[in-house]
Amino acid sequence: MNTAPVKSFDDSTNVRIAEANNPSSSVVHFPDSEPLRLACDQLLAPISIAYQTYGELNADKSNAILICHALTGDQYVASVHPMTKKPGWWETLVGPGKPIDTDRFFVVCPNILGSCMGSTGPASINPKTGRPYALNFPVITVGDMVNAQVRLIDHLGIDQLFCILGGSLGGMQVLEWASSHTERVYSAVPIATAAWHSSQNIAFHEVGRQAVMADPDWCAGDYHSHQKVPRNGLAVARMAAHITYLSEEALHNRFGRSLQRGSELTFSFNADFQVESYLRHQGSTFVDRFDANSYLYITRAMDYFDLEAEHGDVLANAFRGTKTRFLVVSFTSDWLYPTRESREIVRALNAVAANVSFVEIETDSGHDSFLLDEPEFFATVRGFLNAAGVKRGLSK
Amino acid sequence: MLKISNPPHGAHRVDHLLIAEMVEPGSRVLDVGCGDGELLQLLAQTKSVDGRGVELSRERVNACVTRGLSVIQGDADVDLDDYPDQAFDYAILSLTIQATRYPKKVLENLLRIGRQAIVSFPNFGHWRIRAQLLFTGRMPQTEYLPEPWHMSPDSHLCTIKDFANLVALVDAEVEAAVAFDSWGRRLPIRRSLSLQNLFGVKAVFVLRNRHGG
Repeated sequence: MNTAPVKSFDDSTNVRIAEANNPSSSVVHFPDSEPLRLACDQLLAPISIAYQTYGELNADKSNAILICHALTGDQYVASVHPMTKKPGWWETLVGPGKPIDTDRFFVVCPNILGSCMGSTGPASINPKTGRPYALNFPVITVGDMVNAQVRLIDHLGIDQLFCILGGSLGGMQVLEWASSHTERVYSAVPIATAAWHSSQNIAFHEVGRQAVMADPDWCAGDYHSHQKVPRNGLAVARMAAHITYLSEEALHNRFGRSLQRGSELTFSFNADFQVESYLRHQGSTFVDRFDANSYLYITRAMDYFDLEAEHGDVLANAFRGTKTRFLVVSFTSDWLYPTRESREIVRALNAVAANVSFVEIETDSGHDSFLLDEPEFFATVRGFLNAAGVKRGLSK
Repeated sequence: MLKISNPPHGAHRVDHLLIAEMVEPGSRVLDVGCGDGELLQLLAQTKSVDGRGVELSRERVNACVTRGLSVIQGDADVDLDDYPDQAFDYAILSLTIQATRYPKKVLENLLRIGRQAIVSFPNFGHWRIRAQLLFTGRMPQTEYLPEPWHMSPDSHLCTIKDFANLVALVDAEVEAAVAFDSWGRRLPIRRSLSLQNLFGVKAVFVLRNRHGG
């Protein structure tokens, strides 16, 4: 067996592994008899989908909203994170009286397939071996994530979702839902996203993956068996990615060239600059809450996403005949998923005369804007949901 | 919230009221240059239309979507190319054609996208504009052309007669045409355009593609 010196995980790692297999949230299990056929043509079973719900499903089950989270997000959209103890990642948008009003809507937020917060992923125990899947987990796609969510929505007895919202990778899931399951989507809000992952985005992801894989503690993916965590590699991956979520202007305004301790350069490789210290903090806190292999698998799924190629290189074909109402949202300072890419989605929707709204929100916060308190963004989401609710016959 | 500016005459613009009269209930409408969405909202309330808007100004688009209207940020000169043929019952261009770079191309697109095109525009042939130019020797400024020439977005101003020529050039059929005088009264446009061209401050043309639809 393994020859590495046996040492036990620290507490945070133990909690993280526990959450991956036995989450604090609700979870639904689909047995071996109900496998999920993946894009790679493998069957995955059994599968678990961890999820949180907020509000009440109405009698005719017409008020359900699905929220799709991004790369490192989770199901705790409006409740305290079990590990970080921080408030929900979209608590500014989701809650009683908020734009996504849980007094009015039944909100479902699943953890995506391949993630590490209770849905099946590389950190889950493979029941056939009694050990984490690690690299034995199949490579999955955004389509696979959505098909797993379809199982959950079926399980909840919901025929048609009133709305699906998500930013970044969440937006890709929204587009996939609206394309592959159009009749089950009354309205859709893809935010800060794209119909295909750009070369630049794939390049950044590759840097992140290589950083993880270059860490000797990654142990060819089998770090759990060696009681190790590729902390340094995953932290570097997160640091690099975090830069892409911000903007030059945001970094400059927040940190400039400010120094960390006093006003002296230390003539060393310590974190002299505040921006360095900030990134190091982002990296190390991320490692405490996220599984390194999940990071590899989910970034890969994003790289593979190409709704246009899947539809004969004509994006409009992805939406032909759609009756879904769309609100496409982009942010001016988002250079990872720039407005240009949202506009491509809008053009494709116009080409099939779909019901589409498109807003570009002015902000200097970069890609992360969709997670921040942006009043104009919130106002447009609220207005869109109200109007769609009236059309759908939902009471105020 | 953005401030929604009040229309110059009463609760609604007279050209909007006229368009609202002409549009069939429940029809599909594309309003190009929809501004704050006043016409779309009027049509939704009075005619239950399935309405969409295109607007250049980001602030106005966001105000429209906040009001629950289906509006995209876009440019009439560029973004109309994407829409399929005959996708809408009406393609409306409201006091916008004079601010486009390629009015002929925009008009052709409207006639292609809509079964009918409804175009309103300020009439540069109005006697007051002619008088201003004649007596002051300077570019006119009016209620509908409020900015000095160097600030104005209106690069393609025309008279009612000029517009009628463009309609003939793109081989469209005029189904109805109305001019409004400065009191908002309707001056029906028939064979001779001279009187309307002199007294109309703005005009509304309802057009149909001779070949399509």
